[in-house]
Amino acid sequence: MEYEAIIGLEVHVELKTKSKIFCSCSTSFGAEPNTQVCPICLGLPGTLPVTNRQVVEFGIKTALALNCQVASYCKFDPKHYYYPDVPKNFQWSQFDMPIGSNGHLKINVDGEELVIGIARVHMEEDAGKLIHIDGPDGGYSLVDYNRTGVPLLEIVSEPDLRSPAQARAYMEKLRTILHYLDVSDCKMEEGSLRCDANVSVRPRGSSTYGTKIEVKNMNSFRSLQRALEYEIERQVNLLENGEQVQPATVAWDESRGVTTVMRVKGESSGYRCFPEPNLVPIEIDSAWIERVRQELPELPDARRQRLIDDYGLPLYDAEVITSSKELADYFDRTVALYPDAKTVSNWLMGDFSRLLNAHNLEPGQAPVPPQELAALLQLQQEGTISGKIAKQVLEEMFASGKGARQVVEEQGLIQISDAAALGQIVAEVLAANPKVVEDYRNGKTKALGFLVGQVMKATKGKANPGLVNKLLKEQL
Amino acid sequence: MTITAAEVERIALLARLKLTPEEQAAYTEQLNAILEYVDKLNDLDTSAVEPTAYILPLRNVFRDDLVRPGLPRDKALAGAPEVSEGQFKVPRVV
Repeated sequence: MEYEAIIGLEVHVELKTKSKIFCSCSTSFGAEPNTQVCPICLGLPGTLPVTNRQVVEFGIKTALALNCQVASYCKFDPKHYYYPDVPKNFQWSQFDMPIGSNGHLKINVDGEELVIGIARVHMEEDAGKLIHIDGPDGGYSLVDYNRTGVPLLEIVSEPDLRSPAQARAYMEKLRTILHYLDVSDCKMEEGSLRCDANVSVRPRGSSTYGTKIEVKNMNSFRSLQRALEYEIERQVNLLENGEQVQPATVAWDESRGVTTVMRVKGESSGYRCFPEPNLVPIEIDSAWIERVRQELPELPDARRQRLIDDYGLPLYDAEVITSSKELADYFDRTVALYPDAKTVSNWLMGDFSRLLNAHNLEPGQAPVPPQELAALLQLQQEGTISGKIAKQVLEEMFASGKGARQVVEEQGLIQISDAAALGQIVAEVLAANPKVVEDYRNGKTKALGFLVGQVMKATKGKANPGLVNKLLKEQL
Repeated sequence: MTITAAEVERIALLARLKLTPEEQAAYTEQLNAILEYVDKLNDLDTSAVEPTAYILPLRNVFRDDLVRPGLPRDKALAGAPEVSEGQFKVPRVV
């Protein structure tokens, strides 16, 4: 039998506010344990939380960018659960009135555009961090409450995703949008962007859903895809063997490549949510929504279309360039100085990205500013340096932070386009390789490539390649 | 409105309370008495009253996004049952 997977994602994103959602403690990452806490985020009795306005601003901004309806009225509700990562034994979240609902985003998978529904976007506080230590009597846990009260948005998709590749594309698109909005660092490795997946399988064509499994602990796009592939196969195998899928929460084990059961789901609705009397409700009027809408930046889909319409870039290039806001900004600034957009795009997707990776940098941190990349392309275009040398120069620019012209002058890399000087070198190369010359004259045209290579070697790559070819053919 | 002994058992579980059968029976009776008392509110005609999630005439009370110092760590940990490496030490739950 053929099966299909039904996947929905719950994404938690930490907002980049300076202070926490309900108190004035710092949200900075990496501080010593329990040094960014106060009576409010420790849940001490008698304290009064007050909502951070910036969290609501970011919530509206994100809801609008995800095409959601923004609530005109919303509130917070305590969600009760017993686990030491929340000192109050509940988490302030939004239960029945999320700030955003009924949205969608678009993804492209295998050349097909899909619209993925977003059920809701709601604000809540993050929980603390636990470290479990083995030992006698079952060991113990250490709790750090620095992260408790850091603002989160939870973004819940509809169960519209049908494959691990689609889930990954959704997650990547969501991260790109959040980056453009500048509401979060979106660092999966630091936990500022986290993802849980609900996944079930059913015979293809069936209209009812199978038993849902919640998968946690996926810390990268790759592990999201791998975990879902594994989990789908596991569920299909169970059904094929006539067994049933038991509802459960499972954790992805990246090193072993398997999911393991964390807890079997019991009775739900034990969270006992009700309106929080100590947090004042939020009214969002249309003037507020319109003001935030006016402030929205150009979003990835619109920007991609602009690169296609204004610069004639192929869809693929536009997609790659706009997948990172910083790269897209870099592109715009370079093209303003060097208007051959396709050449700029080729360099950004090729050597520029390769060097960024090699130096472990984001596009915005590149030691080569846009005007210097433009200068480099200009030197190549006017024939001062060859394409091969240009790559070498960019490498040096990345390593030293020097300008294009400076590197070319210091290293004497100006292209040799003097026919007389080059003719001399060509003659020497032919004289030194009589066997190859013989082969070429006997019809082995491939031998020409070798001779071109020898001339390039003799000139340290500086010879004008077109001229070398011409001169070789003349002298042969 | 009445609640059963089974519901009291579930509430006790959610609240992490361990009740003896006698306590369970006693609380079932007490909780029913409380609910019966509160039930008097149903005598009021509220058909013309908007439902609300909040009873005070307050909306949009916010803080600016500013950082202020919190508690020194030793004060933060003062109420911890046990402390280790600057952290709250608790029984392992997973």
